[in-house]
Amino acid sequence: MTTPLLRLAGINKSFGPIDVLHDISLEVQPGEVLCLLGDNGAGKSTLIKILSGVYAPTSGRIEMEGKPVAFDSPRSASAHGIATVHQFGGTFPLMSIGRSFFVGAEPTRRWGPLRIYDRKRANEIAVTAVREFGITRIDDGDRLVGGLSGGERQALAIARAVHFGARVLILDEPTAALGVKEAAHVLRIVLQARRRGLAVIFITHNVTHARTVGDHFAVLIRGAKAADFRKGEKSREEITDLMAGGEAMAELDAEIESYMVTHEGHPPPVG
Amino acid sequence: MKSTNPVQPSGGPAPAPAARLGNFVRRPEMASFIGLVAVLVFFSFFGGTSFLSPSGAASWLNVAAELGIIALPVGVLMIAGYLDISIGAVIPASSMTIAIISGHFHAPILVGIVAALALGLVVGFINGMLVVRTAVPSLIVTLATLFAVAGLTLGLSVILTGSTSVAIDGGPIAKLLLGQFVDKAFEVIIFWWIAIVLVAGFVLHFSRYGNWIFALGGDKESARNAGIPTDRLTIVLFLFSGTCASFVGLSQALLYNSAQVSAGQSFIFNSIISVVIGGVLLTGGYGSVVGIVLGTLTFSIVNQGIYYTGFNANWASLIIGVLLFAAVLMNNTFRTMALAYAPRAKGGAKP
Ligand SMILES: Nc1ncnc2c1ncn2[C@@H]1O[C@H](COP(=O)(O)OP(=O)(O)OP(=O)(O)O)[C@@H](O)[C@H]1O
Ligand SMILES: [Mg+2]
Repeated sequence: MTTPLLRLAGINKSFGPIDVLHDISLEVQPGEVLCLLGDNGAGKSTLIKILSGVYAPTSGRIEMEGKPVAFDSPRSASAHGIATVHQFGGTFPLMSIGRSFFVGAEPTRRWGPLRIYDRKRANEIAVTAVREFGITRIDDGDRLVGGLSGGERQALAIARAVHFGARVLILDEPTAALGVKEAAHVLRIVLQARRRGLAVIFITHNVTHARTVGDHFAVLIRGAKAADFRKGEKSREEITDLMAGGEAMAELDAEIESYMVTHEGHPPPVG
Repeated sequence: MKSTNPVQPSGGPAPAPAARLGNFVRRPEMASFIGLVAVLVFFSFFGGTSFLSPSGAASWLNVAAELGIIALPVGVLMIAGYLDISIGAVIPASSMTIAIISGHFHAPILVGIVAALALGLVVGFINGMLVVRTAVPSLIVTLATLFAVAGLTLGLSVILTGSTSVAIDGGPIAKLLLGQFVDKAFEVIIFWWIAIVLVAGFVLHFSRYGNWIFALGGDKESARNAGIPTDRLTIVLFLFSGTCASFVGLSQALLYNSAQVSAGQSFIFNSIISVVIGGVLLTGGYGSVVGIVLGTLTFSIVNQGIYYTGFNANWASLIIGVLLFAAVLMNNTFRTMALAYAPRAKGGAKP
């Protein structure tokens, strides 16, 4: 087995007396999508905050390519190539696509004795980068990010992470607020990122979305890893059961089925 | 994939007039431009055009320049997501500083100027540090320093000079640079205003630091995660507003040859009104230097233009109130238009 790009070993996290994560061990390979599943409050967001340098773990080890690392800030995590895209993607709704793409790393050019922001180049690069992810509707880098759809914003944020050399891409519920078409588009972008050799950690409540893109699945229940399996090893029903805490889900399943029948526009189960 | 450059409208040689107008409508200063035109039409109609004559123009340009040097940093801070109202105390405090040092104690004028500017820097630094280090909102922090500085100014002036008003004679050079009338009517501070506007406009809209300021006002957490030194940037912006406030204070003392303890409170609301009319979003992340300048001019024209009409000057406040509200409504509309703007592909372009 090759050394994983990112490995967590025995991660614990408590906030004062509250234990949120117990003994989590996980690994991701480049070119692989790890789906992190779990009910509300299971600790998924806390785990990715540890990975993105927002929190330090109470105990446990993080390794990249076999070497131990410690992230004391979001900056140091991104310096190690870990990029986190939060639910609404780009968070500067009133900035232009070009400007928000390059926040903190603006391209400049000479203008007489001065250096000025190179708007044209920033717009070109940003637009090209999102278009490479199949968002061909975007062709003007002066448009404001707030005018993009949720899926387009996710695409912009992912394109940005890839452009700046991310090796691990963490997506916290990127499809949660999206309609069917938009969600499908984001899933396609996730697969593209995987094809480019990124390790993707994909957090979701949606078993269908997870099964569409995931190579490897981990289920968190009340802060502990309840299961860790690879694509095809578990059925849809087994995963749903696991996420709900392993209790018998038959009646709820039936309820969900009837809900799906009466509510059009829900994603059809994938074959 | 076609080989044409996907970014067409911006860098191209000459966009169609309609496209240029469209871009202009979506800019943050659009509403303030309309406001300025409306105000000009209004006062030309009711007061004739004499307020556009050189002496008339000087009356509102002088007001605009003093207010503008305050409104500019206040507006830039607002774009970055902060408020600074301590300027209302820094202006008289620095007037008193230069008057006490160079007037009352007869120290060289340069010492007084440096001390007054240093006072602005110190207050700005304290504001910036408190905002960065504590989770207290900038409005409260600068409200606290507003009162603290006002109290100190009053207390120290009485202790040192036994008075709340001190005379000062700046001498020819200082007056020439900072406190003189050009052509009998125009205050020299107008040129300082133009210079500061050019510098701030360059920094905000052309340098990369401008992008940092917009990002800071848009979302502080994300800006920090993107590697922007948000704390340092915040402190620098408060230093800027403190320095500008002390600059206005000292130049007023030199212009009028005296300083009073209480001569700055009106700048607080007036600057915020100018900035908001100018299209800056109160919650940060959106605005422009051109807008701030237009907002300042609009405010000053209403403020002074009223004397050229037959109306009682008290009506100026009513007009400003209505104008402020109308401007904010228009700003919201134009901002929504800017957000919704999506150029349709070439084939689907409207005739
Ligand atoms: N800063 C904190 N202090 C104390 N407890 C916290 C803190 N952050 C999270 N928790 C607790 O940790 C648990 C896990 O929270 P977390 O946000 O990681 O869950 P999640 O799996 O992301 O849930 P969701 O699916 O709803 O997003 C929750 O019970 C939460 O109350
Ligand atoms: Mg969460």
